[in-house]
Amino acid sequence: MPTALDDAPAVKAAGAPKPQRARRNRRRVALPYLLLLPAILLELLVHLIPMIAGLVMSFFKLTQFAIRDFSSAPAAGLDNYKFVLDFDAAAGKSLLGSFWITVLYTVLSVGFCWLFGTSAAVLMQKNFRGRGLLRTLFLVPYALPMYAAVITWSFMFQKDTGLVNDLLGTDSFWLIGDNSFWSLVVVSVWRNWPFAFLIVMAGLQNIPGELYEAAAIDGAGWWRQFQAITQPMLRPVNQVLLLVLFLWTFNDFNTPYVLFGASAPKEASLISIHIYQSSFVTWNFGLGSAMSVLLLLFLLIVSTVYLGLTARRRNAVV
Amino acid sequence: MSEPRWVPWARRFVLGFLALFTLIPLYVMISSSLKPLGDVQGDWAWVPTTLTIQPFFDIWETIPLAEYFVNSLVISGSAAILSVVIAIFAAYALSRFRFRGKNFFKMTVLSTQMFPGILFLLPLFLIFVNIGNATGIVLYGSRFGLIITYLTFSLPFAIWMLAGYIDSIPKELDEAAMVDGTGPFGALIRVVVPAAMPGIVAVGIYSFMTAWGEVLFASVMTDSGTRTLAVGLQEYSTQVQVYWNQVMAASLIVSVPVVAGFLLLQRYLVAGLTAGAVK
Repeated sequence: MPTALDDAPAVKAAGAPKPQRARRNRRRVALPYLLLLPAILLELLVHLIPMIAGLVMSFFKLTQFAIRDFSSAPAAGLDNYKFVLDFDAAAGKSLLGSFWITVLYTVLSVGFCWLFGTSAAVLMQKNFRGRGLLRTLFLVPYALPMYAAVITWSFMFQKDTGLVNDLLGTDSFWLIGDNSFWSLVVVSVWRNWPFAFLIVMAGLQNIPGELYEAAAIDGAGWWRQFQAITQPMLRPVNQVLLLVLFLWTFNDFNTPYVLFGASAPKEASLISIHIYQSSFVTWNFGLGSAMSVLLLLFLLIVSTVYLGLTARRRNAVV
Repeated sequence: MSEPRWVPWARRFVLGFLALFTLIPLYVMISSSLKPLGDVQGDWAWVPTTLTIQPFFDIWETIPLAEYFVNSLVISGSAAILSVVIAIFAAYALSRFRFRGKNFFKMTVLSTQMFPGILFLLPLFLIFVNIGNATGIVLYGSRFGLIITYLTFSLPFAIWMLAGYIDSIPKELDEAAMVDGTGPFGALIRVVVPAAMPGIVAVGIYSFMTAWGEVLFASVMTDSGTRTLAVGLQEYSTQVQVYWNQVMAASLIVSVPVVAGFLLLQRYLVAGLTAGAVK
């Protein structure tokens, strides 16, 4: 390495002949695009083209009869959308039901994940014996393959052989009926709060220690320091964290699918499960696509409004 | 910082609760995997009455677990390696070159992560089926189809994280190598890649974990020959009974590689993850 650096000025001074430089420049212009090409092609194939196809599909009656041959599907216009948005009919009613279940699920799961993650991270700011061990333990649910974790929970929720009934002294069903919703929330919190913990912990590390020292000299107590330093300094981190958790949880398919199997009880039928069932169980892809597009629109609107609001507040603070 | 007296108590209580919450399922998984079938079919018992490692032998016979294991290993491994290689090129371009459309590319790549998987699952399924019908290239139901699907899941994060990593490597290093006579490509391979190794390994682990734990696409895009662990593990439940001790043993086996990898490399991974999420 040192020799390369030493040689550098000499070579630069000699200079390259002009036409060669032009050719090199042209190559230099194309090179970044060539380097990006594989990534672009794959994103196109797996994400962008399917999304556009999904949008198109939502305007066709794409049932099991038309799957083999795309082009034979009869056009549906806005029929799919009208059908699922007609909240007086059965299909619309069940979609609306799923939507509210998903909203409640998201609010509870994100709320608890954030609360657990923040409390753990803040309480672990101070060094104490066993902190490293505890930190590692808290990360395990995040590292476990999700299906292995969720299958374990489904064993714990079994009526006769499960730990939950044993622990609570009850004899209830946890994977069907009203309880199934709460089982879903618990599993989701167990699985996702370590992520909140990780992010908040990283956010705390970025707060300069002098701030606390200065506040302590000014006589601010623990709680006052938390309110005046920790909380505002964590705000940008929290804003991203909550958005990411919201998107993950709202789109969650894996947790109910592994916990309940392909047919989730209706009390715990999240929107993605609902879409999956109408697409792959009743084979109506047009309808499934219409619901997917509506879901995306909803997420886009919420994210945009959220980013707008938090950006304004950020500007107001700064 | 001097704490009010309630803080240490809050610390013990909250961290104790969270430790129990985290530990109990792990304990259930491990202890149940060491019980005979009769014991897991009865009332829950905290202490196993009989300890046996028999489930760890039985799991391979009850379902073709080894086959699913190989499928998962090949699919996740290939997806991880390919995604790392593609991300290195893309990240190098983003970090070292100025060109039109750079920011557009960065934002597009990041926003693909936001879309619900269910949204492009259906069209992707149909596109794969139709590509197969039209060209004879089998994507649906093949390992290859799942590999290219999975590698795009981890790609955005891999690109962002590696671009950040390469940014922190002094530009002078690869410029010097180029002046020395290698092209930008040589500089990438000889200078940038070795210097970014910790980031590359972390991204590889992350990609592997993403693919290893994926359920939704695996359940639709695989057939009996390409089934992954994510789908296969459900076969321990039969109409008649569920082999819970074997389910737990298999879950444990399936978890060990990724948990070990994660805990070994968590330092790098956590740094990258949080940088990606916070910035």
